[in-house]
Amino acid sequence: MKNREQRDLFPGALEMMILRTLRRQPLHGYALAQHIKRTSNDLLQIEEGSLYPALQRLLKDKLVNAEWGISSTNRRVRIYKLTPAGAKHLAHEVSRFEKMLEGITRVLALGES
Amino acid sequence: MSWLKQFFARRHLYKDLSEEIREHLDEKIEELVASGMSKREAAAVARREFGNVTLIEEDSREIWRWPSIESFFADVRYALRTLRQSAAFTVTAIVTLSLGIGANTAIFMLLDAVRLRSLPVQNPQELAEVRITDTGHQGMGINQEYGELTRPLWQRIRDQQHAFSGVFAWSVNQRYVGRGSEMRRFKGLWVTGDFFQVLGVRPFRGRLLMPDDEGACPVTRAVVSYSYWQSELGGRDLSPTIRLIVDNELVEIIGVTPPGFFGMVVGDHFDIALPFCQPKEELSRHIFDVSVMGRLRPGWTIQRATAEMDALSPGIFEATALLDRDAHTIETYKKFKLAAYPASTGVSALRDYDRSLMLLLGIAGLVLLIACANLANLMLARASTRQREMAVRLALGASRSRLLRQLLTESLLLAATGAALGILLAQSLSRVLVWSFSTEGTEINLQIVTDWRVLLFAAGVAGLTCIVFGIVPAFRATRTEPISAMKTGGRGTTGSHERFSLQRLLVVTQISVSLVLVIGSLLFVRSFRNLMTFDPGMHEDGITVAFLGFWQSDLPRDRWASFQKELLDEIRSVPGVLSAATTTNVPLSQGSWTHGVRVGSQEGNSKFTWVSPSYFETMGIPIVRGRSFTQDDTASSPRVAVVNETFVRRYLSGVEPIGLTLRTGQEPNYPSTVYEIVGVIPDTKYNDLRGQIPPMTFAPASQFPNQGPWSNVMIHSNLAPAAIAATAKRQIAGKHRDVITEFVDFQRQIRDGLVEERLMAMLSGFFGLLAVLLAMVGLYGVISYIVAMRRNEIGIRMALGASRGDVVGIIVRQTLVLLILGVGAGIVLALAAARGAGSLLFDLRPNDPFTFAVATGVLVSIALVASLVPARRAARVDPMVALRYE
Repeated sequence: MKNREQRDLFPGALEMMILRTLRRQPLHGYALAQHIKRTSNDLLQIEEGSLYPALQRLLKDKLVNAEWGISSTNRRVRIYKLTPAGAKHLAHEVSRFEKMLEGITRVLALGES
Repeated sequence: MSWLKQFFARRHLYKDLSEEIREHLDEKIEELVASGMSKREAAAVARREFGNVTLIEEDSREIWRWPSIESFFADVRYALRTLRQSAAFTVTAIVTLSLGIGANTAIFMLLDAVRLRSLPVQNPQELAEVRITDTGHQGMGINQEYGELTRPLWQRIRDQQHAFSGVFAWSVNQRYVGRGSEMRRFKGLWVTGDFFQVLGVRPFRGRLLMPDDEGACPVTRAVVSYSYWQSELGGRDLSPTIRLIVDNELVEIIGVTPPGFFGMVVGDHFDIALPFCQPKEELSRHIFDVSVMGRLRPGWTIQRATAEMDALSPGIFEATALLDRDAHTIETYKKFKLAAYPASTGVSALRDYDRSLMLLLGIAGLVLLIACANLANLMLARASTRQREMAVRLALGASRSRLLRQLLTESLLLAATGAALGILLAQSLSRVLVWSFSTEGTEINLQIVTDWRVLLFAAGVAGLTCIVFGIVPAFRATRTEPISAMKTGGRGTTGSHERFSLQRLLVVTQISVSLVLVIGSLLFVRSFRNLMTFDPGMHEDGITVAFLGFWQSDLPRDRWASFQKELLDEIRSVPGVLSAATTTNVPLSQGSWTHGVRVGSQEGNSKFTWVSPSYFETMGIPIVRGRSFTQDDTASSPRVAVVNETFVRRYLSGVEPIGLTLRTGQEPNYPSTVYEIVGVIPDTKYNDLRGQIPPMTFAPASQFPNQGPWSNVMIHSNLAPAAIAATAKRQIAGKHRDVITEFVDFQRQIRDGLVEERLMAMLSGFFGLLAVLLAMVGLYGVISYIVAMRRNEIGIRMALGASRGDVVGIIVRQTLVLLILGVGAGIVLALAAARGAGSLLFDLRPNDPFTFAVATGVLVSIALVASLVPARRAARVDPMVALRYE
């Protein structure tokens, strides 16, 4: 039950990060988790498991697809790849997120100006 | 992907997911080990960082599902499995529920059939009836069952109204078909020519009546109902040769109505439908024998139709003003108002039973409530045994709402099964109910159908019961702290106090509700007994009523009175007849005849009956003052009367009545007459056992101003009514072939009038018993449970020197507390509830202390017995065994 506040992301945040990571290169679940953890500098404490429901959602909406393959460590893994629809969705979501962030930042900066 | 394909692809998806997660964990562990961690430690860290695998898999799977249907099916499967495992519980629950829901549904089905269902005609919702507002036409003339208006009123409504696209009048009456002693009664439906067209009833055979069939009397054409066609005409093809002698006239049967059409009276049916005819003389303005209905024009509402009727009323009543009546009555009549009322459900005398049926529905509902309390108790007991299961599942990450859903599914399954069986049960139960409303004289022809209302009702009841017996135990069961439940699971010296108190509350409720039901049933049973043993002031048994009709004989009108005497002498000569007398009104048979009277300066009403001299002797009514009638009171002698004591009290208080006179008001065929009071009889019941005794006047049959070709004869005999009837019938048929004779057992007829009370007594008694039984089972269960939970405590007490008697005392004391609370609440509830039933009781106050005391005594003693069994079991606890168990 620790760090509950830190873990709470807004809905869709995890999906957005997954899509962004997959745009760089196709990855399997574990690698995806490690990559998000590393690049976020462990600032976001994401339960590794929570990746999977998110991935299922993306699969269902056909934003990513998955195929079984062999990893670099010679392991049978399911590799997720971004679909064109996923790329489009990501662009859209990112721009939306940036607008939102800008809005929030402006409000937060209000006191100091 | 279509949802069907998705459904089949899903298994595959789930397998992939599980494998993927397993690989994920393996990879993580491998990496952690590579970084120098021990294998065990690595596995723990990997799991911790991954989160709850089961929950995550479930969440992931959830994404592919359409909302919770699948988890519902999973719940159902699981519930079925659990319920199968505890078969005894399941069977008890389902039997209790199906009985409870079945009883409720059966009563509702009857209410539905009598009150709610529409007539089987086209667009019944458009039908409206035109009636006189408020109390109707009381005191204005002769009233026939379901008759609201006179035919002159109907003709004017028909000619002046705009509210209806079609309007018709109808009337029902029993008449005779056939000739002489072969004559049989039929249920007649008299209709105006467009009756069938407006209702949209299509012929089953031939054609139905049309406007052209209405004309001058006598009637020459008629249609028959499907059942009459089948039973009396043998389902033969119609032809002009198929004729019936209806009321002495030859009538051709031109058509058959469809099987579903029973007429306008719900619960009854017609045999022959005949058109109204126009007699040579003017139609009577004081015979209220027709009901007027119509189909509202599009855009017309009941309110708008009422407004029109209201506007038409003054003209219509002015034009049909009563003749031969006093000025006051005529003025009252002219002020009457007409209004429109919805008529989609037809009319029914059975609606008089509404209150009883509603009350029975309430009683059945309470029984079901008690049954639910029992089930809730069982569920609570089960919940405590399943505490560990719940604790484990909570610990494994199941959410509380998920477990709740699971437990409620079990309840729902039980309730649904109970409802399904209950609906089946209700099919026969409702028929038994209809049967118990029927009597020899009145057969009830109700179409009991399981329609959407009945199904909705049963589903509603099932849903409610499910909530009542399922929800609280489910909340209880899932409010477990996993740790404490797993730690103590099934041990400990005393159970959780809170759970006990809920069960206690349930038992207290059961006791109080069943006390209400027992008191109610005792009240109804005693009220029925009061009616059965009530002395109406005259003979009941040994009396046979004969109805003799001689309208088919060609006797001239002035011979009717003497022929009636001949027939009476004929009956007197039947072996076994002690005495016999004619009367114009058979007592206690609902018939009523009233005249306005003026006694000195007082004005009022009195019932009037014309009887032959030996009437009072035949009926066992003593003459308290003056004399009875004699053969010397003839048509030409002074008019004389015998009145009852109520009459004397009301109109002649304190004055010697003999020799005083009374004057009747003028009415058609009954000229205003002065009668001299020659005798007084004690108060006897008039037309109903239940009603108040009205002022009554008797006059000699020989002075009856309106003798018809018929006669009622009261026969007193010490032989069985059936034997007297058979001999008398044979004897009269031998001498007078064209006289119709009908005989009824007087006592039987009176008792047939008590069906409602009989039904209330029977059913409320049955439900009362059931309630006590259920409450006792509940009490027994809870006390047993308490004993089981306190086993250790009892063991310790006994080890410390408590005697068996002490132990029994402890348990019985607990029962007593529950009983006192339950009985107290029950008496308060019963006092409140009985007030509503007061008008249904006869010669009994709703708060009758004796009834309350007996009911309480019975309940308390049964309850003590029910608790003594587990108490004695507790006393047999071997301290060593109980403590070792610890």
